[in-house]
Amino acid sequence: MARIDLDLAHSYLPDPQQDSDYALLPLQMSFADGGAYALLGPSGCGKTTLLNLISGLVRPSRGAVRFDGADVTARSPQQRNIAQVFQFPVVYDTMTVADNLAFPLRNRGLPPERIKARVGRIAEMLELSGQLHQRAANLAADAKQKISLGRGLVREDVSAVLFDEPLTVIDPHLKWQLRRKLKQIHHELKLTLIYVTHDQVEALTFADQVVVMTRGRAVQIGTAAELFERPQHMFVGHFIGSPGMNFLPARWREGAVEVAGRRLPVAPALVGTLSAAGEFTLGVRPEHVTLADASAEGALVAEVTQVLDIGTYWLLTARAGEALVRARLSPASAIPQVGEQVGLEVLGPHTCFYGRDQQLIAAGSEPQALRASA
Amino acid sequence: MQLTLEGVAKRVGAATHLYPLDFALQPRAVTVLLGATQAGKTTLMRLMAGLDAPSQGRVRVDGEDVTGRSVRERNVAMVYQQFINYPSLRVADNIASPLKLRGDLDRAAIDRRVRELAAKLHIETFLDRLPAELSGGQQQRVALARALAKQAPLMLLDEPLVNLDYKLREELREELSALFAGGDSTVVYATTEPTEALLLGGYTAVLDAGELLQYGPTAEVFRRPRSIRVARAFSDPPINLWQGRVAESGIQLAGDARLAVSLPANATPAAAAEAGVTVGVRASALRVRPRPGDVALAGRVELAEISGSDTFVHVAAAVGPLVAQLTGVHYFKLGAAITLYLDPAQIHVFDARGDLLVAPQRSGAR
Repeated sequence: MARIDLDLAHSYLPDPQQDSDYALLPLQMSFADGGAYALLGPSGCGKTTLLNLISGLVRPSRGAVRFDGADVTARSPQQRNIAQVFQFPVVYDTMTVADNLAFPLRNRGLPPERIKARVGRIAEMLELSGQLHQRAANLAADAKQKISLGRGLVREDVSAVLFDEPLTVIDPHLKWQLRRKLKQIHHELKLTLIYVTHDQVEALTFADQVVVMTRGRAVQIGTAAELFERPQHMFVGHFIGSPGMNFLPARWREGAVEVAGRRLPVAPALVGTLSAAGEFTLGVRPEHVTLADASAEGALVAEVTQVLDIGTYWLLTARAGEALVRARLSPASAIPQVGEQVGLEVLGPHTCFYGRDQQLIAAGSEPQALRASA
Repeated sequence: MQLTLEGVAKRVGAATHLYPLDFALQPRAVTVLLGATQAGKTTLMRLMAGLDAPSQGRVRVDGEDVTGRSVRERNVAMVYQQFINYPSLRVADNIASPLKLRGDLDRAAIDRRVRELAAKLHIETFLDRLPAELSGGQQQRVALARALAKQAPLMLLDEPLVNLDYKLREELREELSALFAGGDSTVVYATTEPTEALLLGGYTAVLDAGELLQYGPTAEVFRRPRSIRVARAFSDPPINLWQGRVAESGIQLAGDARLAVSLPANATPAAAAEAGVTVGVRASALRVRPRPGDVALAGRVELAEISGSDTFVHVAAAVGPLVAQLTGVHYFKLGAAITLYLDPAQIHVFDARGDLLVAPQRSGAR
C-alpha cells in the first residue's frame, strides 16, 4: 500500500496551447495510504485519464507521479504494482473460480498455503465460497464480475486497487450488495482503493473522499456530505443530488437579496459579501426548498407546473419569474396541484451563493424578518 | 394502437425464456417493462416488434392477428441500448431516413420535420456531422430522433439510457417523458431500474424470470404490489421483509415489536394466520423522528451510505436486518444504537404464499 501524490498535467496533443487542449489541467492531489477514493464526473471529464496516469497506462505530458515519495512516472503498471478491475469481467473461462482468484498470487510465486488462505478469505467476503470449484464459464455475468473484483482485491502487497466503472453490468439489487461488500472489504483489508464512475450514488456511497471532475479539472474534493451541503462550484451542485441544485439568478438590492422579483432578507453575516458581489446566483437543493403560503413574506411566489409521484417522495416543479424551481416533498405533506400559486422558501442553512466564476462566495442563511429600515 | 398478446410464450430449445402470458397494452401511453437482467424484457419486446415469432400464442394489433408477420411488414420504431445510427450518413440524413422512406413528403417538409425533432432533442447544432463525431449521449439522441421521426404507432425502447452518464440519463429521461406525453404512439420502455419506472410514470409491467407478474398504472403497482416478488422487483433499495405472526389486533414481529393492523377477515383464513405472514416495509417508510402512533424499532447501525439526496442506513435490528432511506445528509457512528420509527399504516403484509393482504394507506395526495 502506498500514499500517492500527483503533480501533473496531461494532454494527448503534442503541443497544447489552451485549456481545452488538455485532458487533464494542472493538478496537485494526494491519495492517503489505505483511503477509499472515487473520481466522479461525466464522460470526457478526465477521470479515466487520471486513473490511467495513476496506474501507469498513460504517462503524463508534464509533471510526476509519486508513490510513497518515490518518483514512479516512468514505471509500468506492473512495476508500480497496481491491481485493476474493469467495467466488464476479465476472467479465464476454462479455470475454476478458485484458480481465477489464485492467478495473480501464483504469478507472484506465493506459497500454496498462503494462496489457499487468501483465496478462501476473499471468496468468503464476496460470497463465492460455494462456487470455488465451478468453472467460471458457466457463471452469470454478475458472478463473473465478482470474480474480477476478487482478483483485484486478492493481493495484499499492491500499491493500490483501481476500479473503472466496475458495477456497470450489475443489476440494481446486486449493486447494493456489492457496494456494501466493497466497503466492508475496505474496512478489513485497508487497501488504497480508487474508483472511477459517472454514477453519483456509487461514488458517494463507496468513497471516503470523492473527487468531482469536469472538463479536465477537479472542481472539489470532499466527503459526500460536503459535496451535498456545500458545493464549492455550481457544477458540483448540479452534478451531485437527484435532481441537482436549483440555481436562481439573484442580485443585491436595498439591503436584501432580490430573486424573481421578491426581496428576501438574509442573515447579517452575508450582507457584506453579497452586497459587494452585486449580482450572483442563489443555489438551493430541491430537498431544502419548503412550501409556504403564496402570501408568505420571505418566500418566492411560484406557479406549480408539474407534480410527479416518485413513490417515495413527490417532485414538484414550479415557475418563479423566469426560473424553474424543483422541490422534493415528503409524501406526508399536502401536495399542491398544477396551476396553483404557492410560496417557496429558498433561504436556509443550506442555501449557497455563487459568484460569476461559478465558485461559492457565501452560504447558509436562516430566513430573516424584513427590517423596517432596510 | 392496441397491442394485445394472447397466451404468448417463448422457448428456445429446452429453455423457457417467457412463460405463457396475456398482455393488453394501454394504447397511446407509456408501458414500462421492469425487471432484472434476463427477466424476459428483451424477449418480450422482440415478440412485440415481430423480430421473433412466439413459440405459442397470438399477437394482435387493433384486433388483427399479426403473429407471423415480420418486423418489416409492421410499423414499429425501435431504440436499443447501443447507439445505432447509419455511420456514413450525416445526423440530418439519419433523422430524415424514415421520412424519406415514406415517400409522401417533399424535401422542404422533411427538412422542417428534421429540424423540429433535432431542436427537441438538442442536437440541432450537429446536423451536418457524422454520428462518430458525437458523444455517446448525442448519438443516442440521434437514434431517438430517428425513431420519433418514424411516427410509428408502436415505439419500443430497450434500456435506451443504460449506456449514458447518470446526469445525462436524468436529463434525457425527462425530455423523453415530455415527448411521449405529447405523442400518439404506444410506447414500450424496458428498464432494470425501479426509479426510472416511477419517473416515467404511465403503466408498468413487472417481469421476473420469464413471467409477467403484474401490469397496471405505475403508481398503483408500486403501492399495491400483488406479491412479494413484485415488491422486490419494484424497490430500490430492496424492500425490507420481516417474518411475522398474526396476533391479537395486529402482527407480532421478532424482538417484541407489534404492529397494529387490521387484516382483511376473508383474506386470513386460520391456516394462513398460523403459517405466518411477511411484513414488507419500504426503506423510505422508516424515519428517525417519531410521529404519534408510530412503532419504534431498535437496532444498531451497520453502515451509513450518503448518496447525496439520501442517506441509506443499514441496521441490524431486533426485527431483522433493515435499510432505512432518509432524505438529505445524516451522520451515524458505525455500531451506534439507533431507533427507527414506522407508521403501521405504511406497511405491506403478505401471506404465507407471498400474496398481498394489506397495502399501505395513501397519504399526502389530495
